[in-house]
Amino acid sequence: MKSDINLIDDNGKRLDGRGIDDLRNIKIEAGVLHRANGSCYLEWGGNKVLVAVYGPREAIPRHTQNSLRAIVNAKYNMAAFSVEDRKRPGPDRRSKEISKVISEALEKIILTEQFPRASIDVNIEVLDAEAGTRCAGLTAAGVALADAGIPMKDIPAACAAGKIAGKVVLDLGKEEDNYGDADLPVAISPRTDEILLLQMDGHLTLDEFNQAMDYAIKGCHIISEIQKKAILEKYQPKMEGQ
Amino acid sequence: MHDEKREIVFPSQILGDAKSNKAGKGTFIENGNIISERLGILNKNSNYLNVIPLKGRYEPVVGDFVIGIVEEALSAGWLVDINAPSPAFLHTEEVPWNVDFGATEKYLNSGDSLMAKVLKIDEQKKMQVTMKDRNLFKMNDGNIIEVEPSKVPRIIGKKGSMISLIKKYIRCRIFVGQNGRIWVDAKPENIERVKQIIDKIESEAITFGLTNRIEELLKKDVRNVQE
Repeated sequence: MKSDINLIDDNGKRLDGRGIDDLRNIKIEAGVLHRANGSCYLEWGGNKVLVAVYGPREAIPRHTQNSLRAIVNAKYNMAAFSVEDRKRPGPDRRSKEISKVISEALEKIILTEQFPRASIDVNIEVLDAEAGTRCAGLTAAGVALADAGIPMKDIPAACAAGKIAGKVVLDLGKEEDNYGDADLPVAISPRTDEILLLQMDGHLTLDEFNQAMDYAIKGCHIISEIQKKAILEKYQPKMEGQ
Repeated sequence: MHDEKREIVFPSQILGDAKSNKAGKGTFIENGNIISERLGILNKNSNYLNVIPLKGRYEPVVGDFVIGIVEEALSAGWLVDINAPSPAFLHTEEVPWNVDFGATEKYLNSGDSLMAKVLKIDEQKKMQVTMKDRNLFKMNDGNIIEVEPSKVPRIIGKKGSMISLIKKYIRCRIFVGQNGRIWVDAKPENIERVKQIIDKIESEAITFGLTNRIEELLKKDVRNVQE
C-alpha cells in the first residue's frame, strides 16, 4: 500500500524522531497484581500490556492434561478500548493465532517436565495498542513467569524489525506498521540466541531478511537487559531491608 | 562466601562453571555452566550451588507435614488441596476413623481443613497423603494464614526457634504446614497479633538477625498489653 506519508525523512529520522535501529521507550514493572502468582506491567512506546501468570495448577478439563509435562496456556486478549475503533470483545482469528504462537514459544523455555498434568496459565491483556503487541505481550509474559517463580531455561525477549520506505528498521511504530512494507516479529532466548517465535508479514529479500533478523536479535538483547533490571528492582530492595 | 550478602538471581543467570562447583537445587548445567532456573537467592553449600526460590508453588516431599483443604469427597477417599500443582488423594484407610464405603461425606466434606503427612508421590507427581500419624487431626476452629511456601523455614526458625518464640509470648496453638499454610487457634486478638508477626517475618525473610528483631517486637507488644 502506497501512501503520502514520508516514513523516513531526509535526515534519516523516522516519524517519531528515532534512528533506523532505535527502540521505542520501554518500561517494565514486575509483580503488580496480588491475586496472580506472577504478574508484569509493560509499556512499550504506546503499547500498554498487563500479564498475569497462574499456576502450575491442575489442568482443567482433564483431557488436556499431559501425563509427562505441564501445558502452557497463553491467552492474548485485546481490550475493547485498546484501538481507535472499538475492538469487538472476545477471541477472534487474530488473537487465537497470537495466543497459540506465544504458548508454543513459552513451552520451549519453561521446564514443563517438572509439573506433569499441570497447566501454567498466562493471561496477556493489551490495554493500549500501538503496533508490536505480540512482542510486548511475550516480553511481559517472560517477566511475569519469572516473577511467579516458575522454573525456566531463560527469560524470553521479543522484538520486531521491518521494512519501511525501502529501508530495514527496528521496532515498527503504528504508522510504520500500517504503511510499511514488511513486519518481522522475532522472539529469542537471549542466553542461547535460540529462536522461539518468528513470523513475517509482507515481503523482504533474503538480504533484507538477514539484516532485519540482525536488528531484531540486537533489539531482543537490549530488551532482555531491561527485563532483568525490572526483576531485580522488584526484589533487591527487600534484601537491603535494614 | 556469600554469607555476608544474599544475592538475588534470576532464571538464565550463570552462577558458575560446572568444574569447580556442583549443580544443586533450582539449577541446571548447560555448556559447562551452572545456570539458575528460577528467581531466588543464591546459596553456596560445600561446593553445591543452590537457588532457594523466592516465590512459587509448594513442591511436595514425602514426609512433609502439610495443611490441606478438602476439595471433594469421593467414594473411597477425598481429594485434598495441599497447595501443590495438583490435589492429593486421602484414602479412607489413611484416616483415624472407620469409614464405610461410600460414607466419606460423614467425616470430611469439601471446605474442611485437616493436617496430613505426604505419604507417597509417584513419577506422575500423583500424591497420597495420610492422617495416620501423631497429632494429625481435622481442624474445627482456628484460622489458616497463607504464606509463600519458600518462606516456611524462616517462620519455623532454626530448630523451631521462631515458632517457640511466638508461642512463648502469645497464648496460641500454632501448626506450620510445609506447604505454606499456618493454622493458628487462639483468642481473636491473639490470632491478629500472630498474623502481624508472621507478615513481618515473611516480608523480611531474607534479612539477617530476624529472630532477635522479632523477639524485641514481641516483648514490646507484651509490655503494651500489660500497660
